[in-house]
Amino acid sequence: MTTTLSPKSGSHLHIPTTEERAVKKRKARFYDKPGWLTYGLLGAFFLGAVFPLWWSFVMASRQASDINAVPPVVIPGPNFLENVVKAFQTVDFAKALINSIIISGTIAVAVVFFSTLAGYAFAKLGFKGRDPLMIAVIATMAIPTQLGIIPLFMLVSELKLTNTLGAVIIPGLVSAFGVFFMRQYLVDVIPDELIEAARVDGASMWGTFWHVALPAARPAMAVLGLFMFMAAWTDFLWPLLVLGPKNPSVQTALAALNASGGHTPDYSMVLAGAIISIIPLLILFLFAGKQLIAGIMSGAVKG
Amino acid sequence: MSTLDARRTGSRLTFRQKLANFDYKASPYLYISPFFLMFAVLGLFPIIYTVNVSLYNWDLLKGQGDFVGLDNYVTTLTDPFFWNAFGNTISIFLLSAVPQLIIATVIAAVLDQAIRASTFWRMSILLPYIAAPVAVAVIFTQIFNQFGGPITGAMEALGLEPIRWGFDPFPSHVAIATMVNWRWTGYNALILLAAMQAIPRDIYESASLDGAGRARRFWSITIPMIRPTMIFVIITSTIGGLQIFTEPKLFDGQSNGGSNRQFQTIVLYLYEMAFPRRDFGRAAATAWILFLIIILVGLINYAISRTIASQDIKRNIRLPKRAAVNANGARR
Repeated sequence: MTTTLSPKSGSHLHIPTTEERAVKKRKARFYDKPGWLTYGLLGAFFLGAVFPLWWSFVMASRQASDINAVPPVVIPGPNFLENVVKAFQTVDFAKALINSIIISGTIAVAVVFFSTLAGYAFAKLGFKGRDPLMIAVIATMAIPTQLGIIPLFMLVSELKLTNTLGAVIIPGLVSAFGVFFMRQYLVDVIPDELIEAARVDGASMWGTFWHVALPAARPAMAVLGLFMFMAAWTDFLWPLLVLGPKNPSVQTALAALNASGGHTPDYSMVLAGAIISIIPLLILFLFAGKQLIAGIMSGAVKG
Repeated sequence: MSTLDARRTGSRLTFRQKLANFDYKASPYLYISPFFLMFAVLGLFPIIYTVNVSLYNWDLLKGQGDFVGLDNYVTTLTDPFFWNAFGNTISIFLLSAVPQLIIATVIAAVLDQAIRASTFWRMSILLPYIAAPVAVAVIFTQIFNQFGGPITGAMEALGLEPIRWGFDPFPSHVAIATMVNWRWTGYNALILLAAMQAIPRDIYESASLDGAGRARRFWSITIPMIRPTMIFVIITSTIGGLQIFTEPKLFDGQSNGGSNRQFQTIVLYLYEMAFPRRDFGRAAATAWILFLIIILVGLINYAISRTIASQDIKRNIRLPKRAAVNANGARR
């Protein structure tokens, strides 16, 4: 059986041969040599990206009145845990974090599975109507589905899903972008001969998908999962409409915390809440930031 | 045996062969059906059904009322608050899209060099992307706090009149656009960087041999070559930018776009119609109007970018071509 064969081209972590490395080196010569201006600009971008987050953390670790400090405070104080506890007492962040992990995890897994399945069919299987259907997928990517929220809200109320996690999860289960993304990846990565060989050897279609396509698709699946998890985690409008204050997502909980003090909230507590909402993705980013960057950059070239 | 041979032998197919044949033909449809079925129910149906809702008096609690034809559209299009929201949306969109594209291109160009620790720099410019719009809005609402906050404090220290970020229309648009820019500039810079790295390096080398300086190479090679990607970035930021909701919603958590609607956007207007006012008919009509606006602005964008692109190609395309010939000659 060739179904146990693992395709060589399936690995995205491409280790360059000595020859490729030499080519790369030769090419590298024609890059501009960076000077002090380059590193100066990079330093400025770095500060611009990091300062708002750092300042929030600093404020979250001090007291609310420090917001008026001139120049702005830049050194953390001793009150971070105290402010975090206050935030957890004001809104149900514990439940919100668990809810958001369930929502984002389920959506990520479902989208990755359905997208890989459909993307594989579009990339590697011949069937009638394949090209028009693929064009339909691409066209749906451009439709702002957010604009269907009124009927979607009616649908969710009709199904008595309001205030349940299902109301957030179900509309997120499939993604046209995901199908497109997996199709683009699998077209290049699996040689047609490999699928033909598996079939000649008597593998079923499902067996071929499971043992040939899935292992090859793994790197792209990881990147897509990461994107979907982040998108679900950061979504606000839809959870705001269908989740009540007793069953919040992280974002609706943070919005509630922000509104808790009227026009003069406890700034330190609110910003501590903002930091709490960011930390899970920050951890993900520290581990998988490289894959995220590779995903953004590959989508651009192919898209 | 292949299925083709099996099919020719017709009735003499074994059950196993028939099954394999069916498996071969039906599987692709089976694999794509979950996507299409769910998209039809959860994506397409709601958008189309929005038309139906928009033609009725439709209350959030009481449900469907009388058929009113295009009344909801007429009421919306003659509502000064709608046009206020329209103006605010366009203003915020321009204040975010234009600087964002320029800065992202600059960042990409800076990263498109043989810099040290490139992964570190790339990760640092992408960092804002992991903060959700809600968190970004919460953080920048305090940064732009007009009664204190670092910016107001710094301006007071310099003896400047403080800006009323939360009250005056233009400053509030700047504050909201800053939130969008902060989160998305690095992301778009990486997309543009990918396009820049796809440009063959020999073009730069030949141009350089022909005496083109850094600036000339940037304007005559880099910009024309990344134009398709720029159009992609512009179109996606248009679709996203015109639907902005979270940032203005949270900039003043108590209202729907400011005490005088000075930063109410179209989606916020839609939200106000649908939920505080329970008028689903008006909200659905607004959704369709916004849909058409997005398509219209997208087409205008596309036309403008194409015109600029073709003009640029006329002006510039000769340089890389000639340079390429020279480079070949030099190598021989």
